[in-house]
Amino acid sequence: MSLTTSTKFAQPLPLNTTSSRSKEHKLLFEPFRTNTFLGSTHKLRCFNSLSKSNLHRRSAIVAVSDVVKEKKSKSSTNLLITKEEGLELYEDMVLGRAFEDMCAQMYYRGKMFGFVHLYNGQEAVSTGFIKLLKQEDSVASTYRDHVHSLSKGVSARAVMSELFGKATGCCRGQGGSMHMFSKEHNVLGGFAFIGEGIPVATGAAFSSKYRREVLKEADCDHVTVAFFGDGTCNNGQFFECLNMAALWKLPIVFVVENNLWAIGMSHVRATSDPEIWKKGPAFGMPGVHVDGMDVLKVREVAKEAIGRARRGEGPTLVECETYRFRGHSLADPDELRDPAEKAHYAARDPITALKRYMIDNNLVTEQELKTIEKKIDEVVEDAVEFADESPHPPRSQLLENVFADPKGFGIGPDGRYRCEDPKFTQGTAHV
Amino acid sequence: MWGTVRQRLGGYSAYYSLQRIGLGHLLNSSKCYSSEAAAAKKMTVREALNSALDEEMSADPKVFLMGEEVGEYQGAYKISKGLLEKYGPERVCDTPITEAGFTGIGVGAAYYGLKPVVEFMTFNFAMQAMDHIINSAAKTNYMSAGQISVPIVFRGPNGAAAGVGAQHSQCYAAWYGSCPGLKVLAPYSSEDTRGLLKAAIRDPDPVIFLENELLYGESFPVSAEAVDSSFCLPIGKAKIEIEGKDVTITAFSKMVGYALKAAEILAKEGISAEVINLRSIRPLDRATINASVRKTNRLVTVEEGFPQHGVGAEICTSVIEESFEYLDAPVERIAGADVPMPYAANLERMALPQVEDVVRAAKRTCYRSV
Repeated sequence: MSLTTSTKFAQPLPLNTTSSRSKEHKLLFEPFRTNTFLGSTHKLRCFNSLSKSNLHRRSAIVAVSDVVKEKKSKSSTNLLITKEEGLELYEDMVLGRAFEDMCAQMYYRGKMFGFVHLYNGQEAVSTGFIKLLKQEDSVASTYRDHVHSLSKGVSARAVMSELFGKATGCCRGQGGSMHMFSKEHNVLGGFAFIGEGIPVATGAAFSSKYRREVLKEADCDHVTVAFFGDGTCNNGQFFECLNMAALWKLPIVFVVENNLWAIGMSHVRATSDPEIWKKGPAFGMPGVHVDGMDVLKVREVAKEAIGRARRGEGPTLVECETYRFRGHSLADPDELRDPAEKAHYAARDPITALKRYMIDNNLVTEQELKTIEKKIDEVVEDAVEFADESPHPPRSQLLENVFADPKGFGIGPDGRYRCEDPKFTQGTAHV
Repeated sequence: MWGTVRQRLGGYSAYYSLQRIGLGHLLNSSKCYSSEAAAAKKMTVREALNSALDEEMSADPKVFLMGEEVGEYQGAYKISKGLLEKYGPERVCDTPITEAGFTGIGVGAAYYGLKPVVEFMTFNFAMQAMDHIINSAAKTNYMSAGQISVPIVFRGPNGAAAGVGAQHSQCYAAWYGSCPGLKVLAPYSSEDTRGLLKAAIRDPDPVIFLENELLYGESFPVSAEAVDSSFCLPIGKAKIEIEGKDVTITAFSKMVGYALKAAEILAKEGISAEVINLRSIRPLDRATINASVRKTNRLVTVEEGFPQHGVGAEICTSVIEESFEYLDAPVERIAGADVPMPYAANLERMALPQVEDVVRAAKRTCYRSV
């Protein structure tokens, strides 16, 4: 057990500001006085100062923060990303944004129906984490899963068709907006119940560890990333899984997309202690807080957390402060949120921030970014056309896929499905 | 199992002749034709479960057991005795008291091709994990259009024990039996238990395996082939425990024992009862039940759970839909009383079906002639 290997996290900074609320709590809940057996978790600090309880969050932050500057840089420059990486991140975020905007259009035109939850504004979190994963790593999400699927590699065509309910969708139209599954890209869904994806992700991490230790697949270091919101952090399953993941040192990263609102319930109205990252150390894992509107900061934290998991050092809880520009779903009139708050976050749009960073640091030209935007527009339009032209699922598909076992008779002693044995009875086990 | 049936019928000729008279499906139920295979060996249900788990875990390293007290405590009911020493803590995982959490973890592991066996201390506690059993296990193969199958087994004691009160005594066969995407099995004897648990663990879909605490200690004779490690029974097939011609009695789990005793009593009074051990609640073996009713023309369903929307209600409807003209009397439905289980011993006895109730119901069907 590598208790003493130090993580490469940033050097500790003095905690410069404290909110009025946290003053009295400071002594009791000082997060860094964790037990020594956690190794170097004392080096993990929240980068940005603790948010004040119900007041405005910090003002816009430029991409490069002091903490990150202290890291030893690999390249000759002190930039956080190379040009290729920057273009990749930009393209992914623009794809997420353009896709979701198109979803809204299609919904209001009646092509999409049911519950649709859009991810506008939160792209930095998805891109920041998922672009660091391999194909074999897995992602478990919530109902706000379109962009997670796209970042993980599911094609825009497959996702759009699924939303239209067509047979060419990633789940043949049987899942829908809230249930995106892809075995090829290891997207484990797509769950409508909040908190439901957390134990499933923990199980995927468990199986990664099991494969390495019991099945002796020595190179199996697959990491799982579980995305969920601030409302979920009050749910019992969340705490159960924090406990078990830390207990068994599972290779998982718990990512909280704290966008301050659970439909119309404000996070501070629903939570006794709104600082979610603090719940990590309570269970014996590092809890980190990061600005989720800045993809570069998210990426730095993600590198460390995913690295920890891959090395077998256990789980991490990452709280990303972010914001959703649209309502909870397309059916949400979004009346409870203060327009000033919305304007405040609109000014911190992650795509604009990355664009500014790359141009200011002479990584790219405006023209290159415009080319990407145009390309993405074409991809999204093509996805819509493809989905439009795809067929609806045939009637015969209704009863398919209930079981993996074709007729429900189970597997015989020879290891094959019993229904394949011609001497077995005709007909199905269920009528 | 096929081999044994062929032997007993003296070769293929008998097999095909039975097929020709349209009773082919009866061959699938393992009937004790001869006494040659009458077991000298007896096995308790507990031993059956333990041996089935042991054999499946040693055959496939992806199978692991997870639940409360399954490891160091040797199992809350000593079902997993000795497994921790044999397979180690990675494969026999003691969990904290977090049904929702560890059930979800099991489901997530199953998504990745491992084969978890999740033990609930009783199925009453599984209600805390219901979201994962139904939403993330049962429905996933469908929602993902066949991409992700969930080869998981949920097992544990179901139904009433002795004097454990309302929150520990509910029977969940009907609840799980109504959910598409689940297979629900309810064994009775040791042979059922061994065969069905092995089939469940090998199965690529989520299986709910409903045991019964009071049956754990009961001993049943087992045939030589049931002891073999490749033995497994088909899912979705009922067993005709005793053949008869006057009334069909269907039952599952502990109630099969009661039905058999009732059949003995009825036989003395000249009523020949056919007892069907359902074995599989979902998929329900409607073919066997209907064939039996067409033969006897009378039906009594016995179950331990609450009457409304119960297993008996489904069987009754199935028979009405398919064999209405064959019924000579209304279907009698014996179920537990429509109350939460009381604690007092005499009240508990009144709240559960007893052998006399089954006998009375069978007689009622027989005295009502067309």
